[in-house]
Amino acid sequence: MTASWGLYPSITTTPTYFSSESELKAQLAAAPHAIPRGLGRSYGDSSLGEAMLCTTRYNRFLAFDTQNGHLTCESGVSLAEMLDVIVPAGWFLPVTPGTKFVTLGGAIASDIHGKNHHIDGAFSNFVTQFNLMTANGQVLTCSRTENAELFWATLGGMGLTGVILQATLQLKKIETAYIRQRTLKVPNLAAMMDALETLAKVTYTVAWIDCLSRGDALGRGLIYAGEHATREELPPQLQATPLTLPAKSKINIPLFFPKFALNTLSVKAFNALYYGKVRAKDSTAIISYEPFFYPLDAVLNWNRIYGRTGFLQYQFVLPPETSKAGLTDILTRITEHGAASFLAVLKLFGPGTDQFLSFPKAGYTLALDFPIRDGIFEFLEVLDARVAHYGGRIYLTKDARMKRETLSLGYENLSTFATLRAQIDPTHHFESLQSQRLGL
Amino acid sequence: MNTQKTLYLAGATSDMALAIGREFAGQGWNLILGGRDPQALEPIRTDLEIRHNIQAKTVLCDVAQPEKTIAALEAIHPAPQGMVCAIGYLGDQKKAEHHWEEAAIILHTNFNGCVALLNAFANQLELNRNGFIIGISSVAGDRGRQSNYIYGAAKAGFTAYLSGLRSRLAKKNVHVMTVKPGFVYTRMTEAMKLPAIVTATPEQVAKDVFAAYQKGKDVIYTRWFWRWIMLIIRSIPEKLFKKLSL
Ligand SMILES: Cc1cc2nc3c(=O)[nH]c(=O)nc-3n(C[C@H](O)[C@H](O)[C@H](O)COP(=O)(O)OP(=O)(O)OC[C@H]3O[C@@H](n4cnc5c(N)ncnc54)[C@H](O)[C@@H]3O)c2cc1C
Ligand SMILES: NC(=O)c1ccc[n+]([C@@H]2O[C@H](COP(=O)([O-])OP(=O)(O)OC[C@H]3O[C@@H](n4cnc5c(N)ncnc54)[C@H](OP(=O)(O)O)[C@@H]3O)[C@@H](O)[C@H]2O)c1
Repeated sequence: MTASWGLYPSITTTPTYFSSESELKAQLAAAPHAIPRGLGRSYGDSSLGEAMLCTTRYNRFLAFDTQNGHLTCESGVSLAEMLDVIVPAGWFLPVTPGTKFVTLGGAIASDIHGKNHHIDGAFSNFVTQFNLMTANGQVLTCSRTENAELFWATLGGMGLTGVILQATLQLKKIETAYIRQRTLKVPNLAAMMDALETLAKVTYTVAWIDCLSRGDALGRGLIYAGEHATREELPPQLQATPLTLPAKSKINIPLFFPKFALNTLSVKAFNALYYGKVRAKDSTAIISYEPFFYPLDAVLNWNRIYGRTGFLQYQFVLPPETSKAGLTDILTRITEHGAASFLAVLKLFGPGTDQFLSFPKAGYTLALDFPIRDGIFEFLEVLDARVAHYGGRIYLTKDARMKRETLSLGYENLSTFATLRAQIDPTHHFESLQSQRLGL
Repeated sequence: MNTQKTLYLAGATSDMALAIGREFAGQGWNLILGGRDPQALEPIRTDLEIRHNIQAKTVLCDVAQPEKTIAALEAIHPAPQGMVCAIGYLGDQKKAEHHWEEAAIILHTNFNGCVALLNAFANQLELNRNGFIIGISSVAGDRGRQSNYIYGAAKAGFTAYLSGLRSRLAKKNVHVMTVKPGFVYTRMTEAMKLPAIVTATPEQVAKDVFAAYQKGKDVIYTRWFWRWIMLIIRSIPEKLFKKLSL
């Protein structure tokens, strides 16, 4: 059985693994349709397909220039593995998602964004080049100057242009492995958006929204804002070894939680606890990068608390003009429906790349989890219509269920992507359950 | 940290060898990667250097060409202090029953070739009166079974060889350790359906090997329970054993 992070959908086929270009080429030739797969941290069916070419054994570091921060790896190296190597040398990931258990290939294919999108843009901004094995087994070098179209189509291309083999990243220089974190308690949505815009010069910002609160408190929550701490900012006992990696301690969730574990009440309790835990309206602390960027990674397999039937993640972005009205509308519907979301994360995006299928564009993005229950698919279709109404789009790497119409309303460059694909892969050798469903 | 120390990995493209190499690299050992295919060795080399902050070099090691392999070993300066020999070839038992060529490759790779390489290295260590050899044999060498007895015979020979070598070099401050893995998930067993509860990952094997090396063990089974599984298998009377389809 194979499924991604949302545990829905699941299929009976299992991936194949390769550790060299020639093995990959043979596997690719043997399958009429195939899709690359990394660590399966996309939520739905983006990396599920008839045949899955898994990169996790294709995971060697190839070059690391500690002077200028250029790192070249095979695509199956995870961001977690990279951090172990680069942090002690004084470098950091230029863009990181909310989990470090994604591969380099997956990060490129989803053109991922982090808490610094409003300042630094998406992952693509820091990818200098990569090699790509296309449908006919040919390997092409892609960069902003070489095979540029294919380069941009692959960034956010969801594995549909080929298998990314090796890629080079420009890392970000750091003095310490710590973050100076500011936590703000914010009473409602309007205050939330104001605060995020006031904080727009801070490198990392993210808001956590308690989406069970209604009325005047709709959209209340916490903002976490952070900067890489300088050495002087550290407490004296840490200054001697400012780049030490955080200790690795893991809690595993070995069993699936029963369904009743996640009813509205328990989520309510959880949310109140979280919001209530923070007493001060505004506080600052020096913390390790680990809890700042990857709070959920401390609990391995947290996705299982939703039970075996799994959950859907829903992430969309709305343009700045419609964000306030749109977020109010959508959050109100969610609280009224009571479709409890364990997590709701709000971020401010800067301008996007405007290329092919890359998701981020200027505005506000909200991400929510919905356990799979009766009526949830219908409800999300209602939300789809609202997102479309406000001129937004839905993130492909989180999606397991949207309809073709929703996709085409949100992504302007679908036809240029289709044209390019028709040139390099006319038989759709690369195909996922998602690309079939969406006619990508 | 022993930054000066160097370990030679024979069969460095093996997942098991590599995992063992990482245990040593984690303690600051530099590595020499012996293998047949320079293209396959290069990313392994860069990866070890970058992850473990050590130096790694590649060298030709093909026991089908023993002269070249030995010459390349002897040309390494300064000479490595230790070697892990993970060279092995499971082969196709059925094919080997009918084609002498397949049987010869199995016997040569697992036995003659390893003997040629280890003889040369043992002589170096004996002269220096210092160092160690870790030979990866197999539980398959503990008793011939119909499903893989040609491989098993070669491994039985290799086990006996290591035992004799150990007793010769023990007097010269050189330690020889025999490792007998049970089932391990590697490229060798990729196509086989292995019983999960008795199958180890290369990383588990590597931890066992490194711990045993530090304790100066002579012969280890890995995972540990294989010692008891093999005790039972060895104690089945031949009369009965021949009727089983193991
Ligand atoms: C807890 C959590 C938090 C997250 N937070 C964020 C966030 O803050 N921002 C964000 O942007 N995303 C976020 N994500 C989503 C995640 O970053 C992406 O889904 C990412 O693509 C997952 O990478 P993966 O290696 O697991 O790839 P998979 O899930 O296996 O695959 C994802 C896509 O990449 C393609 N792909 C994978 N490897 C290759 C390759 N070598 N060549 C070509 N295509 C390839 C696949 O075909 C598929 O389309 C989060 C996910 C989780 C579970
Ligand atoms: N996997 C198990 O369940 C298991 C159980 C017991 C014992 N073992 C033993 O463990 C050791 C490691 O094996 P593995 O499981 O990691 O499998 P493996 O990946 O197949 O390793 C075998 C190694 O031997 C090398 N080799 C083969 N022929 C060679 C030759 N002529 N000259 C030089 N090197 C040669 C291979 O190199 P190439 O990459 O060039 O082919 C490879 O590095 C072997 O001795 C094996 O017999 C394995």
